[in-house]
Amino acid sequence: MRAPVTWIRDHAALDEAMTGRQLADALIRAGLEVETVEQIGAEVSGPVVVGRVLSAVREPQKNGKTISWCRVDCGPAANAEAAQPAPEGEPASRGIVCGAPNVVEGALVVVALPGAVLPGGFAIAARKTYGHLSDGMICAEDELGIGEDHAGIIILPDTDAEGRPITPGQEALPLLEERDEVLDIAVTPDLGYCLSIRGLAREAAQACAVAFTDPVTRTTPPAHADGFPVRSETSGCPLFVAVTVEGLDPAAHSPEWMRRRLTMAGMRPISLAVDVTNYVMLEIGQPLHAYDGDRLTDGIVVRQAAAGERLVTLDGVDRALDEGDIVITDGSGVIGLAGVMGGEDTEITEATTRVVLEAAYFAPVPIARTSKRVKLSSEASKRFERGIDPGAAFAAAHRAADLLVEFGGGQVTGETVYGAVPVPPRQRVAADLPARILGHPIAPVEAERILRASGVDVALDGDDLVLDPPTWRPDLVDPYDYVEEVGRKTGFDVIAPVVPTAPAGRGLTPAQKARRALTVALPQAGFVEVIQFPFAAESELDRLGVTAEDDRRRLVRLANPLADTAPYLRTSLLPGLFAAVARNAARGQTDLALYERGLVFFGPAGVAPVPPVDRRPSEAEWEAINAALPEQPEHLACVVTGQWLPSGWAAPAQPAQWRHAVHFVETVAATLGVEVARLQDAQAPWHPGRCARFIVGETTIGHAGELHPSVCQAFDLPAGSAAAEIDVSALMAAVPGPGQLPTLSSYPILKQDVALVVSEKEPQAAVAAALREGAGDLLESLALFDVYRGSSIPEGSVSLAFALRFRAPDRTLTEAEATAARDAAVAEAARRCGAELRAV
Amino acid sequence: MSSSESPAIEPTGVDAATVDRLVTEAERDFAAATTSEELKAARARHLGEKAPLVLANRAMGHVPAALKKEVGARLGAARARVGQAHAERLEAIAAEELGARLAGEWVDMTLPVDLVPTGAPHPITALMEQLGDVFIGMGWEIAEGPEVEADWVNFDALNISPHHPARATSDTLFADPVDHHLVLRTHTSPVQIRSLLTRPLPVYIVCPGKVYRADEFDATHVPVFHQIEGLVVDKGITLGHLKGTLDHLADVMFGGVRTRIRPSYFPFTEPSAEIDLECFVCHGASVGDPEHPCRTCSSEGWIEWGGCGVVNPRVLTACGVDPEIYSGFAFGMGVERTLMFRNGAQDMRDMVEGDVRFSRSLKGGAR
Repeated sequence: MRAPVTWIRDHAALDEAMTGRQLADALIRAGLEVETVEQIGAEVSGPVVVGRVLSAVREPQKNGKTISWCRVDCGPAANAEAAQPAPEGEPASRGIVCGAPNVVEGALVVVALPGAVLPGGFAIAARKTYGHLSDGMICAEDELGIGEDHAGIIILPDTDAEGRPITPGQEALPLLEERDEVLDIAVTPDLGYCLSIRGLAREAAQACAVAFTDPVTRTTPPAHADGFPVRSETSGCPLFVAVTVEGLDPAAHSPEWMRRRLTMAGMRPISLAVDVTNYVMLEIGQPLHAYDGDRLTDGIVVRQAAAGERLVTLDGVDRALDEGDIVITDGSGVIGLAGVMGGEDTEITEATTRVVLEAAYFAPVPIARTSKRVKLSSEASKRFERGIDPGAAFAAAHRAADLLVEFGGGQVTGETVYGAVPVPPRQRVAADLPARILGHPIAPVEAERILRASGVDVALDGDDLVLDPPTWRPDLVDPYDYVEEVGRKTGFDVIAPVVPTAPAGRGLTPAQKARRALTVALPQAGFVEVIQFPFAAESELDRLGVTAEDDRRRLVRLANPLADTAPYLRTSLLPGLFAAVARNAARGQTDLALYERGLVFFGPAGVAPVPPVDRRPSEAEWEAINAALPEQPEHLACVVTGQWLPSGWAAPAQPAQWRHAVHFVETVAATLGVEVARLQDAQAPWHPGRCARFIVGETTIGHAGELHPSVCQAFDLPAGSAAAEIDVSALMAAVPGPGQLPTLSSYPILKQDVALVVSEKEPQAAVAAALREGAGDLLESLALFDVYRGSSIPEGSVSLAFALRFRAPDRTLTEAEATAARDAAVAEAARRCGAELRAV
Repeated sequence: MSSSESPAIEPTGVDAATVDRLVTEAERDFAAATTSEELKAARARHLGEKAPLVLANRAMGHVPAALKKEVGARLGAARARVGQAHAERLEAIAAEELGARLAGEWVDMTLPVDLVPTGAPHPITALMEQLGDVFIGMGWEIAEGPEVEADWVNFDALNISPHHPARATSDTLFADPVDHHLVLRTHTSPVQIRSLLTRPLPVYIVCPGKVYRADEFDATHVPVFHQIEGLVVDKGITLGHLKGTLDHLADVMFGGVRTRIRPSYFPFTEPSAEIDLECFVCHGASVGDPEHPCRTCSSEGWIEWGGCGVVNPRVLTACGVDPEIYSGFAFGMGVERTLMFRNGAQDMRDMVEGDVRFSRSLKGGAR
């Protein structure tokens, strides 16, 4: 809502000295979001006077434009100072070049004389142009910063607002009401009445503790039908006022002041009837519609639309109607989409002399629904959606009729009131509730005073306030709505801040602690976290090589995806990470170790019930809601490409490899304290021979390895890139309880090394596990220290060298004991893995 | 070697002058040694088995009893002096030699020592953890919930009516089909509903997390972003408690700044308010001072931070909490927005494009 401050002042007795900025601050404090305070005409300085065009000679130019060479009477003083006096025998004047098509002989215009400075620092001076010395400028609205209009120059009327004649030479700016300030206010949905000068003036008066003059002075009389016949067949329209004005002069124009205010409010002046309906809507908040009375047939009937009905609206669009729409009809059928937009057929025209003004109350929900359905948000629908004041409909219709009569001639010939003003619901509120909820001592009498000033009818009944809200406040329903009203008018700034005392908290949950530990550990291990959009395409899964049966095909589809190319929710973090690699590569960063932690989504999703909200959902309803949600586990994934470390002074480059991806997972497991085992596997999108599966107990928690060459190709990754993806929810579920610290043995250690020859397809993890098992309790640790392939062992086999360390908790081990344990270990490795002892 | 061999010096002839000479010679030789090898050779001459003082000592048996005490004392003192001189020189040479060796081992200690690549958490993650810590410190707990959410939890229970414009497909992302009532949560408020339904009262929680809007993607909008919301439901909770909490949060995160709340409208709170943060750069000094404009607050003195209010009793009712007994407050703010003005992030797109320079720039945290 754009509100000129002068218009607000018409109804709120604000201090003369108060600036627009100060008013804005007062309104902001009361909860109105004033986005800008615009200065109108404030940047004009220097001489700007009224001039009368004595002659205007059209002169076509080579550039295709036509200019007018004018002699303008700018008043005796200005005429005397003319750079080039008028030719002998002609009246005193100044010569001015004007490019506007509407400059005509005899017109009263606004002239900026040399020395004037217009908005934007535009200094006026006498200058040579189009072969003449132009001795001033005839101004258009936009040049003075008072409007957008640049179609032509401003043509002044013969008399000012008080009826005094306007004469050349007088100062023009006061005539233009040029100085004003416009507040642009984003009105919240609960304060629909502030989409009017009336509402804003009431708030302003209350906020500044000054008198308010209500532009609505007439109350709605009981139903009667002295005018155009009207009937409503829908509960969506409980009140309809129709006022008929006849004998209008179709050529009549809106007065300049009205056009100016409309312009400042952001509406384009069109014709008297349209301007008047808009003006009254802005002033009172009641949307009005003007029908051409001669184009209406029979009476008006308001009803729900029938399926299949259509209407061509004012904007020329032929629209299919829906049974939920409220429509205005006459004998010819549908003539308007109630509260949203009128129809073409009954629109007023340049020939209209008989106008039927509609001022109706339409219920917010159906109007919002229709406006949303037809994707048409009009000034009217914005107001009906938020709830207008039905109590003002009658007054608004008459205010508009009076303006039509005043400026267009004619007379009011009839009025019809159908229905009645709905009575807003009464509420009973404990008088101390505002103080209790706001945390500020507000005496019941003070609450009562504030509510009365807001238009609420207040009665005290024991400890309760009995409250009847005014018709313009449909937002005052619940007790807390009144708390807000009292709070808003008291000001939240006076409430003392108090830190509430929470009960003893339990700190972070184990999962939260785990995540925080990962936020430290993974960057320390060399990985950079990224956050990607979680949207996915099937083609990404194809490129990953994921089969039709794979869980990752259990996609959840979006009904209205942001991009049609990614209509699903992700089931894997990898495509997003691959895209991040590509973006980094395009910016010259090719050595990358990226990771992401986030939810993935596995269908199918169910249908969620929608229980009522006047009670807690039942256990069954709550379970059904949760059962309808898709599975949403938290995943953690990484990708490594290029060089893990570039070539340096101390060491050659280390290419990013599968072991970095594996290390990522092992870092996660170690950080969380979970024992994770690694098995050989073959799974998309990994290289079939270079893919590890991680298990906790029997549960697979993810994979890591080198990416399949075709995947690297499909995602534009360097060959040899590696990746890992794990279900970190599953891993966190396996986080053990408090660990047990060992008793440390201080007896000496015995070291034994073994080299075992096994088939090269035998995983070292299996050999290590066998050794560990076979060695028994005396084995303290075991480490692989060499992997050898070569001529001294059979082809297709590999030699694995392990360092075994033995220690007993209670005695010094003998060499014989350690050797026996080692032999048992080797025997177990031989039994399980076919290992042969190569060397001791 | 037996003691019967002829001594180089007759013990009886070990007169004081001779001993002094031997000691002086030894001291001179030790001092002349410049390396540990030379010192070793000098030691052999003066303290070795053939050294005169050693031989003289060995020959003490031949010294007449009457002189034994005197000669023994003289020799002992002499040997101690020589031993002492050797030890001192040995220590000095060792120190010199160590110094020389270490000087030769000089390396350029400004060389890069990257053993692992430079990792970093995402600034959003780091900031969310930091925000969460403020509340953990107050005894609150961190609550979480799903990102695909039932629309009853995301909207209805929060008093957002079925006709509310936010529920249109132009604003909210829906799982297909729309009438299955599943949405990508548009705020973290559904976690408040879940908390009220599943936690014992009183409830003091914050819920950081990812949210979704069918929004533009440009320098100032991302359709997927993060919020942190707080909820308190207890007996006797007031708007004053909300103000106290916000002031505390602002103080911890921005250092000594206040917040301001001004009336606004949200369906789930009543009264509702916008949260403004006092500009932590200019503290309002730039207001009305065109000479010293403030980029952080656009010389407004305040920065819009989020929304808040008293929990609407309708929300409590939908969660089975009796509004006659309990009241509460809730607040929420955008994490990206907070990062933008707190850490000077210029372009929202940087937060989701995965450029490693962005994550690395805060050096491991959102300080």
